[in-house]
Amino acid sequence: MGLKKICQKLNPIEQCRKYNLSIWQCPSFLFPLSGLITILAMIGTYFVAVEYTQPEIVALIVIGITAILIIIGYLIIKGFEDLAQANRLKTEFVNIASHQLRTPLTSIKWILELIQKSKSLTHEEILEKLDEIKENNQRMIRLVNDLLDVARIEQKKLNLQPQKVFLNEIIQKLIEEYNPLAKASNIKIILETKSDIPVIIIDPQGISLVLYNLLDNAIRYTKGGGTIRIKLTKKGNSVRCEIQDEGVGIPNKDQKNIFQKFFRSQNIMEYQTIGTGLGLFIAKAFIKESNGKIDFWSQEKKGSTFWFELPIN
Amino acid sequence: MKKILFVEDEPTLQKTIGRFLEEEGYQMINALDGELALKIAKKEKPDLILLDIILPKKDGFEVLKELKEDEITKDIPVIILTNLENDTDVEKALSIGATTYLVKSNYELKEIAKKIKELLN
Repeated sequence: MGLKKICQKLNPIEQCRKYNLSIWQCPSFLFPLSGLITILAMIGTYFVAVEYTQPEIVALIVIGITAILIIIGYLIIKGFEDLAQANRLKTEFVNIASHQLRTPLTSIKWILELIQKSKSLTHEEILEKLDEIKENNQRMIRLVNDLLDVARIEQKKLNLQPQKVFLNEIIQKLIEEYNPLAKASNIKIILETKSDIPVIIIDPQGISLVLYNLLDNAIRYTKGGGTIRIKLTKKGNSVRCEIQDEGVGIPNKDQKNIFQKFFRSQNIMEYQTIGTGLGLFIAKAFIKESNGKIDFWSQEKKGSTFWFELPIN
Repeated sequence: MKKILFVEDEPTLQKTIGRFLEEEGYQMINALDGELALKIAKKEKPDLILLDIILPKKDGFEVLKELKEDEITKDIPVIILTNLENDTDVEKALSIGATTYLVKSNYELKEIAKKIKELLN
């Protein structure tokens, strides 16, 4: 058993798989490789030197081998840098994630304490408080799901299961689900589409999540009512979906960062501070993985239009 | 009855702490963002301010700084009540003039009420 463990530790390819690195980026593989090349080169040079007496040939071989070793050395350093960078991102990720979880956790903790200790809460008020606990719990579940999606994206393990999908149907269902919230915020959602939208082959859960994130943003960042137009069209060999809102828009200086993980633009922080900054990052990763394109245009105080195009297979 | 200004943008937390402290016998005034907090502080002159850091419009550090620079509000004790826990944030808040720094998730409501009572007596 002990021997097996040692063998596993000594197996560089296994180590690289653990670090989630290809062998040409992985120090555990590259370091023994450079050692092996050095040994073989020395033995080879010895035999060459015995066979051919001209020093130029020996010198050429030594220069050649040195060049190879320098390249491998560079790859090793690069590999270490990649690991260090990944480590830094993970720490940042854990910090932000735990901070985001703290707010709903604190809410639940304090509501429970209030219910336990209050002398004046009525039965109705207690029921209201229980609803608040449920909402906060839901928020935590969404956050954890988003975080897991981000982890999958970063490990390149999205595990998509493409199948035939009618985008119209998915969008219709989503609109029905969102209509109560939209009505409460004085927002009208309109779907504009034609009957010729072909079936596409895509992971249904993934595309639902993209649409959910885009529509959720459109509703959340429309203040004081307006219209959200969802346009579904066939464009050449792709299906194109546009979600156009009359919301707060994205300031010019924030536009280049909008798909970055955890990024939230300055103006929405002024309206509401709840939100993870993960929705668009997840949406972009999914659309790219499905060989599609996603982008937007936006003007502050006028609104935003997010669109994506997916190939018809 | 002592007046407490509570600056918090998360409605659930605001309602919950508000209710608890009202039952403890305080008059609660709420502000949902930093700018409003400053306006109310000057007008109402509360006995104590509970201040979050991540806030819309003006963050807690800016609010604290302006409170401490204003003759009318500079003597009001300010308890920072936040979920940020970096040493640099704590140091910054205390150096600008916060009386205490409490991390929300580490405290129960009754412990917060106790701190408030200690400060007001």
